Amino acid sequence: MDLSAVRMTGISKSFSGIRVLHGVDFDLRKGEVHALVGGNGAGKSTLMKILQGVYTPDEGQIAVDGRPVAIRSPHDARALGIGMIFQEFSLIPTLTVAQNIFLGHEPRGSSRLIDDRTSVRRTRELFAELEEEIDPSARMLDLSTGYWQLTEIAKALAQDARVLIMDEPTSSLTATEAQSLFALVQRLKERGISIIYISHRMDEIFRITDRITVLRDGRHILTEDTASLMMNQVIDAIVGKTMEQAFEWRERLVDRSVAPLLQVRNLSAGKRVQDVSFDLYPGEILGLAGLMGSGRTELARAIFGIDRIDKGEILIRGERVAIGNPEEAISAGVSLVPEDRRIQGLVLDHSVKDNVLLPLLDRLDRSGIIDDRRGDRLAGSIVKDLSIKTSSIGTTVRLLSGGNQQKVVIGKWLATEPEILVMDEPTAGVDIQAKTEILGVIRDLADRGKGIIVISSELVELLAVSDRLLVLRDGRVVREVDRRQIGTEEELHRAVQGT
Amino acid sequence: MLSRAREQQSIRVDWRQYLVYIGFVALFLFFAITLREAGFTNPNNLLNIVRQTAIIATMAVAMTFVIAAGQIDLSVGAIAGLSSVTTAMAIASYGPVVGVLAGVLTGLVVGAVNGLLTTLLVIPSFLVTLGMMGVARGSAMWLTDTAPVPILNQTYNNFFGSGQVGPIPSLLIWIVVVTAIGYVVLRKTPYGRQVLATGGNEQAARFSGVNTRRIGFLVLTVSGVVAALAGMLYAGRLQSGRFQWGEGDELSVIAAVVLGGTSLFGGSGSVIGSVLGALLIGVVNNGLILMGLETSQQIIIRGAIIIIAVALARRR
Repeated sequence: MDLSAVRMTGISKSFSGIRVLHGVDFDLRKGEVHALVGGNGAGKSTLMKILQGVYTPDEGQIAVDGRPVAIRSPHDARALGIGMIFQEFSLIPTLTVAQNIFLGHEPRGSSRLIDDRTSVRRTRELFAELEEEIDPSARMLDLSTGYWQLTEIAKALAQDARVLIMDEPTSSLTATEAQSLFALVQRLKERGISIIYISHRMDEIFRITDRITVLRDGRHILTEDTASLMMNQVIDAIVGKTMEQAFEWRERLVDRSVAPLLQVRNLSAGKRVQDVSFDLYPGEILGLAGLMGSGRTELARAIFGIDRIDKGEILIRGERVAIGNPEEAISAGVSLVPEDRRIQGLVLDHSVKDNVLLPLLDRLDRSGIIDDRRGDRLAGSIVKDLSIKTSSIGTTVRLLSGGNQQKVVIGKWLATEPEILVMDEPTAGVDIQAKTEILGVIRDLADRGKGIIVISSELVELLAVSDRLLVLRDGRVVREVDRRQIGTEEELHRAVQGT
Repeated sequence: MLSRAREQQSIRVDWRQYLVYIGFVALFLFFAITLREAGFTNPNNLLNIVRQTAIIATMAVAMTFVIAAGQIDLSVGAIAGLSSVTTAMAIASYGPVVGVLAGVLTGLVVGAVNGLLTTLLVIPSFLVTLGMMGVARGSAMWLTDTAPVPILNQTYNNFFGSGQVGPIPSLLIWIVVVTAIGYVVLRKTPYGRQVLATGGNEQAARFSGVNTRRIGFLVLTVSGVVAALAGMLYAGRLQSGRFQWGEGDELSVIAAVVLGGTSLFGGSGSVIGSVLGALLIGVVNNGLILMGLETSQQIIIRGAIIIIAVALARRR
């Protein structure tokens, strides 16, 4: 008798010739909570998309409850009892809780019309079983994110899901909401529901999961009982040796006896940035570490004038500057490589050239008309400097690979010669070679006297380039540490996790 | 110089955006052959087409910027009606110079109100200009008690729409000038690039230091001013101001712009495409009349052509 709720064996998958999964095995026992961990690009999300029927594997078998199955569409996956709790919730804000839960399979009355009373009653029963209280007739937009997640879970259960995939479920929850989620996970487990738990937060993983599987570079690295593992073993498995070499730290000398380039004093902005102070020196790379939701991105947005600053001040070369919008930030010498290149960084349907030149239009202005020849030269030299792989500067950015798109975003700012460059997740979703190149560009800029702030969820990357690190938690700086004082990645991990 | 600009465009723009050029030539040839006897290619008839479409084409140039920036302006027809009235009334009392100023000022005020409501109160331009359509048209009716206001100043009438320079109607000169300005501004100036970037991805434009609110305000204000110019051209051509001038034009203008290859989602735009789109509609109207179709049939065919053209131009 097979005790596996789901067993995936020898799963391989390639995208346009690049292999992203190499014969991966994964099994999920009935009623267990199984952590699936790995860095960006490790293959977690591809593996899970195969299980949900979004992708079909090139090789390998999947068995559900011991029976071999072919999952060809998300519909197949749902029919097999596999439910996904989406990170960005798949709920419709203007509908009620009950309407969302039964969306697409509403209970019908004798007249074939939708029977709302039954769906409300069944929703109430569902939540009673989960020992949670929620008003089935409340509209989603009146409820907090904690309830959204609860509704997502109830929606999956209403469709008889016996396997739940949870992707970073606590990233948008408050601490209290996370606590009640953990209790709920426990109750689901007791009801025989199996859970695949994807998270970067080690404390959560060690607290609520039974087993841990680590993937790296599309390969299965280990699967062990959580109780028999130490946190540093897991982190070592996630990071691996090859990555370590690619991300070797090169010590750089930063002269901190001179006047700081940027001084941030008691800065508060919105809920996520509370009383933050720090200095940045010329030629320095300052790493911002912290979990998702720790306020890293919000701090960057405030410095660049996207979010309103409520309190505190910013000084550049000792002079107070007022930054109320990105234009003022740019003229003060601050640039931002934003978190999401597709939404905030690029106009995807425009050419490489038009994207690169967008922040530079004022400089190309020759009595009202754009100096096209100079623009071509400038865009061409940026493409060459950053070795952006594109057939021409006229190519639509959408057609480039992720790594090359990211280089276009970075290239946009290089020509404006900013004094201070803030980079939010500069290597997210790019391949290892592009990563190494981007880290090289960052070091280069610092060597030329710029001040750089790097935000990254990948601690190896932060450790590779930073001269100094700030650790943020709940919008506050909880630690400031010189890179030389950090021996291993695990130390930083612990600092970030707060354990 | 011009060929180089075209080359650059062909890199950026996929072939579907040339549909209006292909369609224009194809339809023109079709009518030229089938309606040879009816005098379609007679120079007088061709100038007639230009006269009938010039005003739509003028508004389509400004609308190209509005749509490329991700906005829409439904009030252009009503602004044209209102400015024809204010111009005619001012000419009657104070002469043509004040009349022209009154017309331009009308468009400036209405366009700026559209822009402010859209960007400062963040009301979608669709709703703001839908409301403004009623406000402007109603004001024009109220000011004149729905009666036409004749314009007796022949200098004004000749300059705006009625006159000719040699064999060339003044309306033709107006479209050439407006098109040339629109083309250069959209393709060659920082403002044009910022308009395209704002429509292509408003967030990315903002993160690149583009004041996207300013862009939204400006495109709507300019659209108002150009619509007022269109109203003054109506007034000159028909030698009177009347609230009905420009009625329903907003739809022809938007159809011309979309036929010309400008995406309704913003981010791309072609001034020359829009003008050709307007001419294409004019050629179809003219051809169908010469074919002897009834008005009802003309309207049906015109509608069908717009749907087919937009379906073909759709990207995917």
